[in-house]
Amino acid sequence: MTVALRDTPVTPDVVAAHGIRTDEYDRIVELLGREPNFTELGVFSLMWSEHCGYKYSRALLSEFPSTGPQVVQGPGENAGAVDVGHGFAVVFKMESHNHPSAVEPYQGAATGVGGILRDVFTMGARPIAMLDSLRFGALDDPHVRYLFRHVVRGVGDYGNCVGVPTVGGEIVFDDAYAGNPLVNAMCLGLIRHEDLMRASAAGPGNAVYVLGASTGRDGIHGASKLASTELSADTVESRPTVQIGDPFTEKLLLEATLELIESGAAVGVQDMGAAGLTSSSSEMAARAGTGIEIDVALVPRREPGMTPYEVLLSESQERMLVVARPDQEPALMAIAEKWDLPCTRIGIVTDDDLWRVLEDGEEVCRIPVAALVDEVPRYVREVQEPSYLAEVHGSMPDPDEITRIDPLAALEGLLSAPTIASKRWVWEQYDHHVQTNTILGPGPAGAALLSIKGTPGALGVSTDGNGRYVYCDPRRGGALAVAEAARNLATVGARPLGVTDCLNFGNPEKDAVYFQFAEAVRGIAEACRAFDAPVVSGNVSFYNESPKGAIYPTPTIGMVGLLEDVEARPRGGGSPGDSLILIGRDGAHLGAGSLLAEVLGIVAGRAPAVDLDAERRHAEIVRELVRGGVAVSAQDVSDGGLAVTAAETCFGLPAACGIEIELPEAEGGPHGAMFGEDGARYLLVVPAERRDLARQRLDSGAVPWREAGRVTSDGRIRFRDVGERPREELERRWRNAISDRMETMEDER
Amino acid sequence: MTARVEVFVQLKDGMLDPQGKTLEHALEALGYSGVENVRVGKWITFAVEGGCREEIAGRVDEMCRRLLANTVIERFTYKLLEDGE
Amino acid sequence: MSGVPIGIVRFPGTNCDQDVFDAVAAIDGALPVWLWHKETALGGVRGIVLAGGFAYGDYLRAGAIARFSPIMERVIAFARSGGPVLGICNGFQILTEAGLLPGALMRNAGLSFVCREQWLRVDSTDTPFTRHFRPRQLVRFPVAHGEGNYVADDETLDLLEGEGRVVFRYVDEAGEATPLANPNGSARNIAGIADERGNVVGLMPHPDRAMSLLVGSEDGREVFRGLLEAAA
Repeated sequence: MTVALRDTPVTPDVVAAHGIRTDEYDRIVELLGREPNFTELGVFSLMWSEHCGYKYSRALLSEFPSTGPQVVQGPGENAGAVDVGHGFAVVFKMESHNHPSAVEPYQGAATGVGGILRDVFTMGARPIAMLDSLRFGALDDPHVRYLFRHVVRGVGDYGNCVGVPTVGGEIVFDDAYAGNPLVNAMCLGLIRHEDLMRASAAGPGNAVYVLGASTGRDGIHGASKLASTELSADTVESRPTVQIGDPFTEKLLLEATLELIESGAAVGVQDMGAAGLTSSSSEMAARAGTGIEIDVALVPRREPGMTPYEVLLSESQERMLVVARPDQEPALMAIAEKWDLPCTRIGIVTDDDLWRVLEDGEEVCRIPVAALVDEVPRYVREVQEPSYLAEVHGSMPDPDEITRIDPLAALEGLLSAPTIASKRWVWEQYDHHVQTNTILGPGPAGAALLSIKGTPGALGVSTDGNGRYVYCDPRRGGALAVAEAARNLATVGARPLGVTDCLNFGNPEKDAVYFQFAEAVRGIAEACRAFDAPVVSGNVSFYNESPKGAIYPTPTIGMVGLLEDVEARPRGGGSPGDSLILIGRDGAHLGAGSLLAEVLGIVAGRAPAVDLDAERRHAEIVRELVRGGVAVSAQDVSDGGLAVTAAETCFGLPAACGIEIELPEAEGGPHGAMFGEDGARYLLVVPAERRDLARQRLDSGAVPWREAGRVTSDGRIRFRDVGERPREELERRWRNAISDRMETMEDER
Repeated sequence: MTARVEVFVQLKDGMLDPQGKTLEHALEALGYSGVENVRVGKWITFAVEGGCREEIAGRVDEMCRRLLANTVIERFTYKLLEDGE
Repeated sequence: MSGVPIGIVRFPGTNCDQDVFDAVAAIDGALPVWLWHKETALGGVRGIVLAGGFAYGDYLRAGAIARFSPIMERVIAFARSGGPVLGICNGFQILTEAGLLPGALMRNAGLSFVCREQWLRVDSTDTPFTRHFRPRQLVRFPVAHGEGNYVADDETLDLLEGEGRVVFRYVDEAGEATPLANPNGSARNIAGIADERGNVVGLMPHPDRAMSLLVGSEDGREVFRGLLEAAA
């Protein structure tokens, strides 16, 4: 849509081209009491899109727990917030930028980072960390390497320039994402409770300003067109909808916004993100219960000849909408000038509950605020369990086929599978130290650990989500994503405080996808309740489909937790003679797991069963052992089971150390015990002199456990009665799997 | 007069240009043989007003030396185009 | 608050300003003071740090635009009069662009931003910032940059070596300046250099991120202690 004339007639074809259904159009006419004009139609198509209006998801999302004594800000604002004590709160949110990254990976990822940063600093919080949850196709595909390389560079260049460390995240490579990568970015910010800013356009008579970059034609219809339809060859050609990021301006905007909030120079601030001026202005008015009037002729432009339609729908980056009282204006303008940012008055808050847009004083839109924000259609659908599930559950390979797998060759294969292998090639491109809070960064542990300056505490943060589990078992998969995040927090001694999520699914108008979504949401809700981790913010990304089909349904969970005393953090290390203690029962469950997927190349069976009570109790005891220094480190047992966890534990030990693991006797071989992915399990390194302490505590805790092995001095990774490999050899495979591919193979755009 | 200015900035000959090397390799991989000595530079355009051609050239030269190029590692050339050219 | 005032320059896009502020504040007797890039006076500071980040977005070349900020005229005069000036990362790039230190910092040889823990060898203890280290002491400061590849012509490099002005070198755990230990392709593994008098030092690694064992190293404290003593 390069030319958008305001007098374009609204025909049924034009309505359909905006993705508006006929019944939705009828409702718009009813709400307005007349036919909308072309500009108004564009505005409705944005605000009623899934991306802005959550029309398919909102009803189901109400199942999430969202309250608790620790919740400072629940869903509905730019980001959620939880209390971390000593007068501080942590503001956090995760958001997707999947389709823009498929079309232009560098800018798509970069602007995704920019958007989530703004969501956090809009609240008055200084961003202190980013995490990225990424999904790509198989890394042997040259186009996937192109996407991967440029997404990583886009994330890095933007975050590095703004000066916010990227401290963690996860990356999965699977053919299911070949045509539609997932780029989910999470940001955390720190704030004093009293500085928390809400995005509301309160006080009729107050003025409305645009602060930051000027407005161009970039990203017009990004929210509705890219984020709310399936990807096709056609979308890949739709480059005009790509936004270009400017991290330097973002940094200035960050400083200016924090300064104006701290100094009380504004009533409300809102990021002009997806759907730009339209959604930011109408949502601010809706929150305050006011109206708003904007003259688009006053909005600073980057290009001549832009129509109201284009100005309203532009997704130009690095812009903020600010509402200020007349007496605040001088301070606001002084701050803008200090940071060399344009700040322009474009409108006024009114008391007539209308969203009015003028061009040079002439009215071009007149829509009740409620029609845009509260009257978004809500769809709840009754759907049957899709038939593929029974097929997948019934197609487990013959036991003999598994018995025939050489366990050590399988371990080698798993450690060099890019999903499991070291991600050093990625995180060395991210500044993970800036701001000097990073105690545990992206390398050593399942969760990042960040000091909270001004308090004795530290934050644990993790992002998790296994799409294959959700595909095979939507409800279990949803719960397992939460459980995995909680386990990761436990390994650094942190107790869960809250959750943000990014729900990446296919087209919800399809029954199977809707079923996956509804069930996964239930699983997440149940697990969040069990861990007392309310969902305080999040984002839904539908239509993740390409000509190759839908992605795995992939909810990613970002969990934030607290370690009250940083001195109780895990110290790492370990030495020969130390015990390796397995908490939880020995593994047996191979369904939907890494052994089948990475070694046999099949996706079959159910996801591991979820015992939320065991998850909670085991996490509690792991936290206690870590905090008390009884364990020097802990790893949860996840992808690839005990064998992979043991190898990774070994890679974290001093150079000459090896490990020896004992496995229970089992009919049909050691595969279940080595590669089973049963939940609620951890492997802890306990120094010899604290073994008795650990034993006492574990026995009194009524938790299944055993001493599964010990640290050795021979530099070998040994599974007793199965076999062994030199640590160096396995570690080299694990360390180089990604970098070798990225440094020796060519990409293809 | 008003002149449109085009400035080209490039690493000095003989300085290793890793980006150029990488492109050269990539072009080769795409099947373009015989590609040599790829160098990546910057092309900067602007308009400048006032004075005669020599005066403008003098100012542009100074701009390049002071800001647009780092003469420790880069060399530059520029073109002045009068409006209409 | 009292103490010897140490100025920390903030350009638009500087992002390690707070880290340096905290590092200076952590040294007894030092008082960190902000210096805004638009200012034209130093306000009596006795030492200056140019912190890391992306001044002016690193657009054009890292440091190229920042060096023309009003404050830089005062910083240059302060340095020429013998005042202690430390440039870290982007600050080092600005010092070379401003001509206070020779050579230039190009894009990393690997073409990627690199952030990692890094061993350095202190090859000169004749600067205020390194006088508390032993000669050839190994220290650990993180690196985090995309344009840290130090280049200069051979004559300049020989001069720097000859005059003992190579202050820090990238080395491995054993203290050897190997190619593998070099994160960015810098000539002769050079990580930091001094001017003729030694009062101006620039380095790519971050002593400001090595102030506490909580983040892995406290070797950076000696750099700031030396700065304070030179400023006092």
